[in-house]
Amino acid sequence: MNKQITRVTTVVLVLFGALFVNLNVIALFQADEIANHPGNRRIIIREYALERGPIVAADRAIAQSIPSDGQYAFLRVYDDGPLFAHLTGYYSIVLQRSGLESALNEQLTGRSTEVVAQNLGELLGGRDRPGNTVELTVVPAIQQAARDALDGREGAVVALDPTTGAVLASYANPTFDPNPLSAHDPAVVNDAWLPLRSDERRPLIDRATRELYPPGSTFKVVTAAAALESGLEPTSGFPDEAEFDVPQTQSNIGNITGQPCGGGDRVNLSDAFARSCNTVFARLGVELGDDALREQAERFGFNADVPYELTVARSVVPSDLDVPATAQSAIGQRDVRATAMQMALVGASVTNGGVVMRPYLVSGVRDPDGRQIERAEVRRWTELPGGGAALSPRSAEQLRTMMISAVRAGTGTAAAIDGVNVGGKTGTAQTGGDPTAWFIGFAGQDVAVAVVVADDGPDASGGGTAAPIARQVLQAALDN
Amino acid sequence: MSDTGTTTNPRVVEVRLLIGAVVLTAGAGILLGWSESSELPPAAIVTGIALAITAAVAHVTVRTFAPDSDPTLLPIAFLLNGLGLVFVRRTDLATGSDLAATQTVWTAVAVGVLCATLLSVREVRSLARYQYTFGLATIVLLILPLIPFLSAGLINGARLWIDIFGMRFQPGEVAKLTMVVFLASYLERNRPLLSVATQRVGPVLLPAPRHLAPLFVAAFMAMLIMAYLRDLGTALLLFGAFMAMLYVATGRLAYPGVGAALFAVASFTAWQTFGHVRVRVRIWLDPWADVSGEAYQIAQSLFAFATGGLTGTGLGFGRPQDVPFAATDAIFTVIGEELGLLGATAVLMLYLVMILRGMRIAQTARDEFGTLLAVGLTIVLAAQTFVIVGGLTRLVPLTGITLPFVSYGGSALLANYLLVALLLRISDESRGSAKGRASLTPARPVAS
Repeated sequence: MNKQITRVTTVVLVLFGALFVNLNVIALFQADEIANHPGNRRIIIREYALERGPIVAADRAIAQSIPSDGQYAFLRVYDDGPLFAHLTGYYSIVLQRSGLESALNEQLTGRSTEVVAQNLGELLGGRDRPGNTVELTVVPAIQQAARDALDGREGAVVALDPTTGAVLASYANPTFDPNPLSAHDPAVVNDAWLPLRSDERRPLIDRATRELYPPGSTFKVVTAAAALESGLEPTSGFPDEAEFDVPQTQSNIGNITGQPCGGGDRVNLSDAFARSCNTVFARLGVELGDDALREQAERFGFNADVPYELTVARSVVPSDLDVPATAQSAIGQRDVRATAMQMALVGASVTNGGVVMRPYLVSGVRDPDGRQIERAEVRRWTELPGGGAALSPRSAEQLRTMMISAVRAGTGTAAAIDGVNVGGKTGTAQTGGDPTAWFIGFAGQDVAVAVVVADDGPDASGGGTAAPIARQVLQAALDN
Repeated sequence: MSDTGTTTNPRVVEVRLLIGAVVLTAGAGILLGWSESSELPPAAIVTGIALAITAAVAHVTVRTFAPDSDPTLLPIAFLLNGLGLVFVRRTDLATGSDLAATQTVWTAVAVGVLCATLLSVREVRSLARYQYTFGLATIVLLILPLIPFLSAGLINGARLWIDIFGMRFQPGEVAKLTMVVFLASYLERNRPLLSVATQRVGPVLLPAPRHLAPLFVAAFMAMLIMAYLRDLGTALLLFGAFMAMLYVATGRLAYPGVGAALFAVASFTAWQTFGHVRVRVRIWLDPWADVSGEAYQIAQSLFAFATGGLTGTGLGFGRPQDVPFAATDAIFTVIGEELGLLGATAVLMLYLVMILRGMRIAQTARDEFGTLLAVGLTIVLAAQTFVIVGGLTRLVPLTGITLPFVSYGGSALLANYLLVALLLRISDESRGSAKGRASLTPARPVAS
């Protein structure tokens, strides 16, 4: 029987070998991945024993940790929480963390997550060392102006520095207060969390980056860009019609007024843009073709993940469209969808010589002694087709002039500021229900902005609703 | 640890190792105490002294009644038991329970049972005479929790406990041993019949159906246990021990082959029939899908091992309060978190040494009954360790079962010491007879 016993022993040894191997895989090779799972409460409990660094906007701490009694040594508090909630996120024992609190956790704790997990920080003698300070590009005054201008309406405002990509403001309505979500008492957290989660207005969604809207006529900037890049000029003429007879379908495309937009037989590209002629741009879309339209949009950042500190939903231009869908896409309807962030980038690149800069929110990270340990890398969004150049400098200048004309004497006059070269494009997207009102534009090369409002009633329009908001935000940016 | 026993007295080895086990346990207990406060909690001191006394009693008993027995089994059992006491106390500190004191009492009782077994079972062969008594006892013990006035009811989704005189007891723990004794005796007697294949089924040769009947009975029993006791772990363990013993007795691979096929069918049936089995399999395949729900326990266990990493968080610095059943089924998780991969590996090595010693005892046993009994007992120990450690580390689906000697639980501890007592007895006989010591019954030649 000894031979059999030896074999049985071998089987047992193999099984135990599997136990050893598996233990090694979990405790060594997969350890970081498993231990950093949000369901692992250890991480957050140990993190709460550390003084987390503040999040600072223009020398004002919008999130900071203050000493606290009880199980957790520090409490996270947010100054004017709702104003910055979609940026900072929350830092919660129950809900884990979100927003920058999540994206920049390692900088804020000042330790890599595995060090926090294994208490190595204490072993290495760094017990009382607080986390790092994260400095934002956001200017609170512009952020405040965005909130005031939206005045409670559902929507978002994104303001960028077009030459660097620095985000000057990113505000979305409705918002929430991260303070109760970051409380130490789970009952307080739940009392705040449950209504937020069941709220039909979805206040937890950041409408600046995570919500996709039909861009409406603001997408004509993209169509116009494709046209200029194809060799057309702002002076190129088009038939001026009340209705464009879309090939292959019975449903034609008319202008919002129901009239021709020029008043003559022909209208040029620049005037059609300023007056937002659907007939001209639908025709343009069909003539350029769906591929050219999509490729131009992709050079602006559509169909790509924005390399930003926070997650941005992908703005979409579908491929393989038939002719009627191409006509509707050219005026920003049908299945074209965009985030406010993406449309702000479109406006910014036009005034920046056609160059799309990578948007960024964090200007730098400082250690507790005030030394700068990380600095934002200002760069083009090179991952895009075109390497970050959405337009040739010449086309960009032409388009920029067209956008300035649209504000000076077109649909966007409500955005005009005396003595400032404000350019822009309005949009009023029809999707059933209240129209979505848009404005994208810029003030010189100082600031670019995108405004989207989703619930301003049945008469909402880009020119009437969004352009005045843009003006207030641009003005605030110029003042600060 | 020479097998000839000529150079070193095994009892001298044993006493040295026992001192090591008690010192290690006391050290761990002190470290745990210090993690909490600078003063030593009196309970830890009492536990340490109790362990030292029981170890001394066990050693003296072995020295007197099984002087030639294997010197490693008892120290390993005590070290695992001692670590168990420390980690049960650790979970007490985390959850506010008071299980360590009870477990200390159970340790004394279990060591008492070990001594009593060595005293009363002077010849392991004598057990073979009660073959059918043990067979019947197995069935009775397994059925006890289903008897209304004894049953402690459904606890944690399983019906495994009985209440006698206010004490909670899990008869299934002892049933494992009685079944192994029954099988060793049965297989020894029917070995020639079972070894001869007369029937051809496809490519495999099998013995006559009536000789195969026990196999089917065993598979059927395993299914019954799974169905009524909801105890997958025990079913797997009994079946594994049975297959290993059958193979060792007959040398025919067809038995474990057919057995595995039957178990596969039984498992598949169980998977189809019982929702809780499907849940177990689902969370095994993807624990991350529902971390806060069905997969909570396995996820918490994996978090603990991953957090522990190589060296662990240190005694007293983990979070056993997050791990369900930390003192019983999941105690290995707490060890993995606080002592790390190194500590967990060391504990597994202790089991491995014990298992290898058990297999060695089987190979050198004086007769076939002893061999089969030692194999069966060792496989019970090995399978139980594998099933729970593999379950907690997601190597196999997790089923609730205790970690031998370490988990909180009196009946399990008692059964484990009983198991060690039998192994000690078998090894004592073989070395004793090798030394020419007189035996009560004439030894059979060892077949191979």
